[in-house]
Amino acid sequence: MSPWLPILMAVPVLGAIVVALLPKGGDKLAKQVTLAVSLLVLVLTGVMAAQFKPGGARFQFTAEYDWIPSFGVKFGVGVDGVALVLIALSAVLVPIVVLASWYDADGVKTADGTIVTPKRSVKTYFSLLLVLEAMMIGVFAATDVFLFYVFFEAMLIPMYFMIGSYGGAQRSYAAVKFLLYSLFGGLLMLVAVIGLYVAASKGTFMFEPLIGAVKDPTTQKWLFGGFFIAFAIKAPLWPVHTWLPDAAAQAPAGAAVLLVGVLDKVGTFGMLRFCLELFPDAAKSFTMPIVVLSVISIIYGAIVAIGQTDMKRLIAYTSISHFGFIVLGVFAMSNIAQTGAALYMVNHGFATGALFLAAGFLIARRGSPFIADYGGVQKVAPLLAGFFLVAGLAGLSLPGLSSFVSEFMVMIGTYSSSAHGSGAFTVAAGISAVAVILAAVYILWMVQRTLNGPTAEPVKAFKDLNAREVWVLAPLIALIIGFGFFPKPLIDVIQPSVVHTLTNVNVSTAIAERGTGQ
Amino acid sequence: MNDVIQAPTIEYGTLAPLLVVFGAAIIGVLVEAFAPRYLRKSVHVPLTLLSLAGAFALVIVQVAVNSVPKSASAMGAVAVDGPSLFIWGVILVLSFVCVLLINDEGHFVASAAAVPGSSDEAEAEAAGNQHTEVYPLVLFAVGGMLLFPAANDLLTMFVALEVMSLPLYLLCGLARRRRLLSQEASMKYFLLGAFSSAFFLYGTAMLYGYAGTVSLGGISKAMSTGSLLDPLLLIGFAMTGVGLLFKIGAAPFQAWKPDVYQGAPTPITALMASGTLVAAVGALLRVFWVALGNLDWNWRPVIWGVAALTMIVGAILAITQTDIKRMLAYSSIAHAGFLLVGVMATFGSAEQNAQSLKAILFYLAVYGITTVGAFAVVTLVRDPGGEAGHLSRWAGLGKRSPVLAGVFAFFLLAFAGIPLTSGFFGKYAVFAAALNSGAQPGDQMGGWMAGLVVVGVIASAIAAFFYVRVIVLMFFSEPAADGPAIAVPSMGTVAVIAVSLLVTVGVGLYPESVLAVANDAASSLFIR
Repeated sequence: MSPWLPILMAVPVLGAIVVALLPKGGDKLAKQVTLAVSLLVLVLTGVMAAQFKPGGARFQFTAEYDWIPSFGVKFGVGVDGVALVLIALSAVLVPIVVLASWYDADGVKTADGTIVTPKRSVKTYFSLLLVLEAMMIGVFAATDVFLFYVFFEAMLIPMYFMIGSYGGAQRSYAAVKFLLYSLFGGLLMLVAVIGLYVAASKGTFMFEPLIGAVKDPTTQKWLFGGFFIAFAIKAPLWPVHTWLPDAAAQAPAGAAVLLVGVLDKVGTFGMLRFCLELFPDAAKSFTMPIVVLSVISIIYGAIVAIGQTDMKRLIAYTSISHFGFIVLGVFAMSNIAQTGAALYMVNHGFATGALFLAAGFLIARRGSPFIADYGGVQKVAPLLAGFFLVAGLAGLSLPGLSSFVSEFMVMIGTYSSSAHGSGAFTVAAGISAVAVILAAVYILWMVQRTLNGPTAEPVKAFKDLNAREVWVLAPLIALIIGFGFFPKPLIDVIQPSVVHTLTNVNVSTAIAERGTGQ
Repeated sequence: MNDVIQAPTIEYGTLAPLLVVFGAAIIGVLVEAFAPRYLRKSVHVPLTLLSLAGAFALVIVQVAVNSVPKSASAMGAVAVDGPSLFIWGVILVLSFVCVLLINDEGHFVASAAAVPGSSDEAEAEAAGNQHTEVYPLVLFAVGGMLLFPAANDLLTMFVALEVMSLPLYLLCGLARRRRLLSQEASMKYFLLGAFSSAFFLYGTAMLYGYAGTVSLGGISKAMSTGSLLDPLLLIGFAMTGVGLLFKIGAAPFQAWKPDVYQGAPTPITALMASGTLVAAVGALLRVFWVALGNLDWNWRPVIWGVAALTMIVGAILAITQTDIKRMLAYSSIAHAGFLLVGVMATFGSAEQNAQSLKAILFYLAVYGITTVGAFAVVTLVRDPGGEAGHLSRWAGLGKRSPVLAGVFAFFLLAFAGIPLTSGFFGKYAVFAAALNSGAQPGDQMGGWMAGLVVVGVIASAIAAFFYVRVIVLMFFSEPAADGPAIAVPSMGTVAVIAVSLLVTVGVGLYPESVLAVANDAASSLFIR
């Protein structure tokens, strides 16, 4: 029994209660308390992560409390390498988002002063943010499938209010679309969760006893379907992706970062952890259709991104393309590909987070999300332009930046999987490589139209980044560059748990072990 | 045989909760007859609340100190078993909080006999007249609700059904505002209710013709030896089924619910949506599981269809509603469908049946209390002409009154079954029971059970849409310039909302406490 994870969840919850109960007019204090709490969580996560032993037991810092004995549900938490890095990602992003959202609750105005979103309660926004942080940690830490489901669904609610109350002009449409899509997937998963409990008849929802417990291939397929559809909506995979561009474009930039950077990772994390290990035979038999879907996502997301006129929508579509890579990596069933996919989840969080936030700063200055309203930002706000450029280059996976490593690993891993699968993996890797070129198009074209060229009239009044904004972007850029050159610490943590996954899927050990020489 | 008529044995101790409620109701009538007008309310309120609290205490004593009886009481007419006692406890708590709502000023008409809009009405209102009869009427209705699920023969059940329904027909017509709507609701409810009672009674006669007895256990025994394709049996089963399904508002017998819920005074709507539903589901369970248990290959497919239809109809029609009370009525229909999913999860061992029963009891308890809380909030959002029923009037409530809107949003999320609310665990419990029943070896409806659960989650997803729509209205829309006023809640209403919220949150975080009680209540199943 280790108290680490329960403490990590309790701290933001307590913080949220404190923030919500602050007296009227305590807006500034609310922001400061939220920042302090999120930094405390970051420090605690750092201390915990330092004690993680990559070569040790699969799940570490485990704790189990009886929660609902009548249903066989435990409050079971613990982390393996993949969960640990994703919790760390959340812990890093939240304080950054707090800083970035400093004025988000003050409402949205267009350039000519029309009020798009009126001022809303600051305290509510920041307490929702902290509740969300606790749930993000909980969802990755849960080792009880039921508990995972509870967090998976419950975390929609704070995000729903963050988009619906604090977002742009179409906020309530986007929030409802987001909620209903996710809820529908979640309810199908609920059936599968119950079905898993019944079919396994182990009397528990704890993850490890359930591995390999469902033997019947038909049952496996149905249950796999329930989990996979929920995760595919969450991730999101083509053709159930349409909520993401709306939600991400309407959400305040900070919330969009958490939505795309962390919440959506629950989908790919769930595929890796639950779909593969609980239903290995079904996963193998569905591999090909899923690979096809992920390749479509990769190409479709990239092509549609090129045509976007709204920066936030563009970034959302690039994410759909990137999620395609992650899903491809997960289902390529090789060590390198899955390690790359897990690494991609983290790197994508940093890169897309930076891109959303930099775009958010641009939008805050101009009051418009449309690319056509900008031009020549580089001359008036060189610092902002520089950060935007680096974040964009990370989005197109430039070598030397962190996303390159993961994208490369996914493609190599997928290619090498053709050794045990069919030639389809070679084709998939080949087609997805096209997306690298498309990525250059969508990012560089956006950069060109916003940062370069003649300075547009309203842009001339732009102020460069202030200290708060530099503090938002600098850590992310530092991480992107740092992990671009030295991804080893992340890979060392991720790889052992990927080996566990592959072993449980019964992929031959040779392939599971290959690539440990990284 | 000697000619002496044996005096029936009545277990007064076991039946005490029932007797307390009925006794208090009769005293209430006497108070109406003899106490001066100005004193009546100050006698009725403590009398009603104390009798309900006393009956609840007696239920607790029965469970904690005396053991739960192993055989039926009152010459086999009333079965006070684990499920009955649990349902009694739930109904008593729900009716206690509903009485706190009823106690509020301004829900009931000053003079029911006066023509709406007439000078008589204005006079009665100016004189401050009140219909204090509502208190004894509510007590009679609650007494009927207690007896209904505990009745162990069909005739007692019919009597209970009428004792429960007649006061409710009356109470529905007593709304202070929009009186024509209220009277229309009362009339509709009465006519349709009388019709369904006739079905129930006719069915009872048929089953008597088949079994030669009206006792539930006797019918079950007759079925174990007699023909199962006897038309008397089949028609009798169908007709009693119609009567019972009408009371819970299952499709295609749901049409009365929206009209009645909308027209009735809101505290009475709360009582019907919680107490009546609990009682009727309890009675339905007892008839189907005890009397017709041997016929389950026959009624399970029927209930399958009814459950699926009820969930879908409730969820889809709710979307088109523009009145908050009608919307909650359709939501209640959808929830009746979810409960029916649990009702048909009976295949397998007694242990498995106990699991299903536990799920239903738990669902009833948590759904009932959330419902009362939601209607309590509805009573507070007011226009000059009464409650602001139209949904568009609720726009921007989150800005005007963030706490009230937040509480209501939480109740809606509980109805939608979002995790970390009590509603989620209720829904989970019945779905799990259904899948578990379907997975029992030999259940020919196994795949169908899974199918029903899928229908259930699709209905939940549809239902989520209209719950969420209200949240959108309250929080994401701007308030109208002449929006409704939020009435300053009385202590009673505050208490009702606070209790409902605490239960909805508390059970949502830690359901085990209620589940354990439901488990104990369900473990011995129904006595026969």
